[in-house]
Amino acid sequence: MSPAAAVELVGIWKRFPGVIANRDINLRVDRATVHSLVGENGAGKSTLMKTLYGMHRPDEGTISIDGSTVQFRSPTDAIAHGIGMVHQHFMLADNLTVTENIILGAEPVWPELPRWVPLPRVVRSEEARRRLTQLKDDYGIDVDLDETVEHLGVGERQRVEILKVLFRGARVLILDEPTAVLVPQEVDELFSNLRNLVAEGVTVIFISHKLDEVLAISDDITVVRDGTTVTTVKPSEVDKRRLGELMVGSELPQPGTEESTVTDTVELSVRDVSAFASETDDRVVVGNVSFDIHRGEVLGIAGVEGNGQFELVEAILGLRPTTHGTILLGDTDLSTLGVQERRDAGIGYIPFDRHREALLLESPLWENMILGHDRSPRFGSGAWISSRRAQAECDTAVDRFAVATPGNAVPAYALSGGNQQKLIAAREMTAGPSLLIAAHPTRGVDVGAQAAIWEELRRARANGLAVLLISADLDELIGLSDTLLVMFRGEVTAHLDPATATPEQLGMYMAGERQAVA
Amino acid sequence: MKTASITRRNVNWGNIAISLAAPLVALLVATGLTSALMAISGIDPADAFSTLGSRMSERTAWIDATQRAVPLYISAIAVAIGFKMNLFNIGVEGQYRVAMLTVVAVGTSVELPPVLHVTLCIVAAMAAGALWATIPALLKVYRGVSEVISTIMLNYIATGVLAFLFAEVFAIREEGRLNPKSEELPKSAWMPNLVSENLHNISGFIFVAAALGVAYYVLVWKSRFGFRLRASGTNPTAARTAGIDPKRMVVSAMLLSGAVAGLVGMPQVLGDKHAYSSDLQLGLGFSGIAVALLGRNSPVGIIAAAMTFGFLDSAAPFLDLESIPKEIVVIMQGVLVLTVVVVYEIARRVKERRTQERASRSLDAALAVAS
Ligand SMILES: Nc1ncnc2c1ncn2[C@@H]1O[C@H](COP(=O)(O)OP(=O)(O)OP(=O)(O)O)[C@@H](O)[C@H]1O
Ligand SMILES: [Mg+2]
Repeated sequence: MSPAAAVELVGIWKRFPGVIANRDINLRVDRATVHSLVGENGAGKSTLMKTLYGMHRPDEGTISIDGSTVQFRSPTDAIAHGIGMVHQHFMLADNLTVTENIILGAEPVWPELPRWVPLPRVVRSEEARRRLTQLKDDYGIDVDLDETVEHLGVGERQRVEILKVLFRGARVLILDEPTAVLVPQEVDELFSNLRNLVAEGVTVIFISHKLDEVLAISDDITVVRDGTTVTTVKPSEVDKRRLGELMVGSELPQPGTEESTVTDTVELSVRDVSAFASETDDRVVVGNVSFDIHRGEVLGIAGVEGNGQFELVEAILGLRPTTHGTILLGDTDLSTLGVQERRDAGIGYIPFDRHREALLLESPLWENMILGHDRSPRFGSGAWISSRRAQAECDTAVDRFAVATPGNAVPAYALSGGNQQKLIAAREMTAGPSLLIAAHPTRGVDVGAQAAIWEELRRARANGLAVLLISADLDELIGLSDTLLVMFRGEVTAHLDPATATPEQLGMYMAGERQAVA
Repeated sequence: MKTASITRRNVNWGNIAISLAAPLVALLVATGLTSALMAISGIDPADAFSTLGSRMSERTAWIDATQRAVPLYISAIAVAIGFKMNLFNIGVEGQYRVAMLTVVAVGTSVELPPVLHVTLCIVAAMAAGALWATIPALLKVYRGVSEVISTIMLNYIATGVLAFLFAEVFAIREEGRLNPKSEELPKSAWMPNLVSENLHNISGFIFVAAALGVAYYVLVWKSRFGFRLRASGTNPTAARTAGIDPKRMVVSAMLLSGAVAGLVGMPQVLGDKHAYSSDLQLGLGFSGIAVALLGRNSPVGIIAAAMTFGFLDSAAPFLDLESIPKEIVVIMQGVLVLTVVVVYEIARRVKERRTQERASRSLDAALAVAS
């Protein structure tokens, strides 16, 4: 066979309280290939990659890099061996610029002395810039180096994370669900970057729940089930269906269209709404957006991340002041209401970024269930929280949405990414809202659980729920929506009928094409 | 979900032992460190510790320690309320000083029956503390000024303004009096002592402190407001998205903290001096920060921390008698806070590792049974 593998993992075990995350994992990744890991939520993919990246030590097993056995005590060791990881949840400092974030802790300095020499060093910022610009050009990664990360969308943050890893000289790049919120064009862009990297000898380990993408980019695919590696296949040997069966042992669901349940009653009416980038920055990020969502209707918004979808949602929720326009929920004018009153009026929200906007990571699941719904009698009475009731509610929601967890008292960080997402979907949907704003509702959720969430959405829709759906997954958008809009640079640039719209057509509008006015 | 999930209700005695041992270890390490510091500065640690040790067997020493612990406890609770949502109220000092003068002004200007009079004074103190804390709260909410900076500045302002008001308005000058004093509060405004043994007292305010401790626990861990407070502290973005108004939370937390801070000086003013005077004990607001840290913001932990500080404070004059500089006490307190922070972090990690190892063992056992 080929020479030493870039990465070889043998007999890896990793246990957490109540859970075996990895059991007897064996994985061989050849140099300069894209090797994908697929598997259900909680199968143990992220845990395995954290082991490889030195974030925790395996209970048993060995790691070899380029044929020699290594032991990583920290990510610093892993980086020194050329291993870099972009996490499922980004880890950037919000208030620093892109450049600062990338070079932080790896600044080129003068003089170049060993780490332990306690002498002051000067940060060579122009050198850092030069190298960054070079990297950007080499791999065609587009990002504004001077913007503060706070102002970046999820897609841009990810490019920053990749640059950060490359800047540290990674030869093995681990990407944990990098495409979860990318629209097809961005995915194509990412994939061409990855192919460039592989051509330069970089090895990529890729985790995704989107099997089409996995089949398109991979040289090898390893299936993880129940914490262990089941098999490794070539993309030419399998199709999507077969891969899904290997993963979950059941058939793949489709976001199928069903009979329309749209009623005549308008639940949310957005009229000529505009908003600025911030109090001090009067760039228009939402420009004259108008639409209606009826009870029983799903209105989908397509668009490349960062074209005003997030800001529009913030405006509806009352998190961002509008400069213009009206928003009505039923007959209620929302403009004078605060966030709390709006949510009390019946708005549920599955957010764009679950860690930032929706979870208290250190707190138990049952407290996370309460967040945003603490005024509901389901969780207490009057001024008091009832932990007993909250725990019962949490158990019910966990059952109904099949959240894999050892109990309701574990902290939220102990759940796998997909299970955190399921918990949030459960929280927002069991509250019985009249309008649900669902941003990437199935982000990072495996194919089986995705079907379950879609089913819940359909059922709620049939009962009169109005849904504002924002998704990067065009199949999900077309499959679930009754009406489709495209947003570009803060404006609605196209109205489409999902019955006839194709992903290609959507992609065209998302790239900036304007619909001819009928 | 097919990974083995096992519900374990059995108690982890090892971890409980570690939790109990942590404060003792911290105490030992702190003792060692202070001994070293004393030895370096030419003091015999044995002398100092034997003085402290002999105090421990004296009943009056504990009465004094408790008396001193009461305002420290109140002060630490005031600080802890802010800590729970990542607000650093460094201004407890200024807030309680303002409250002391306010109470004297209010208390001397009305005539009321005993219980009512004391109650009025307590309410006035809380109102004054809260009012003084409103300034940094509003500055933070409307101008984005860090509460750390504004409360420190306001401490200085309070000191200056109070000194001026006291000298120009409240102080009664009498011939031959060294410590100027304000008019005395009428007897009806005095808080009686719970314990009084020839000059060693415990103020009735110990009940107020106990009630505060319970209220703090219930409010922070059982009420909706407390949930919102903690949520805002752990993830401000998520809290805001959930409809928790950050401005309102900052203002309420600051006001609450300030109201509690207003009570810090009451054991002195209503229970002991019965007037505003130039020999009031100051600095309790700063000690409160250390006590809150030592007690790790827990209502029970703060009791232990306040007693420790109170005991050391009350022992200071006795060290002086043995010609050991009494400032040693402050050094001990500082070292103790630092060691506790470090030791507790280590204990947390050890417990985490043990939990993991336990999990491995019990899972393996379960698998062995299953297969
Ligand atoms: N820090 C932790 N503490 C306790 N349990 C954990 C921790 N991290 C992960 N787990 C558990 O380990 C298992 C594997 O989680 P992991 O995050 O590796 O799944 P995953 O395959 O990446 O899933 P997903 O597709 O949802 O991201 C899950 O059951 C999870 O609850
Ligand atoms: Mg994962």
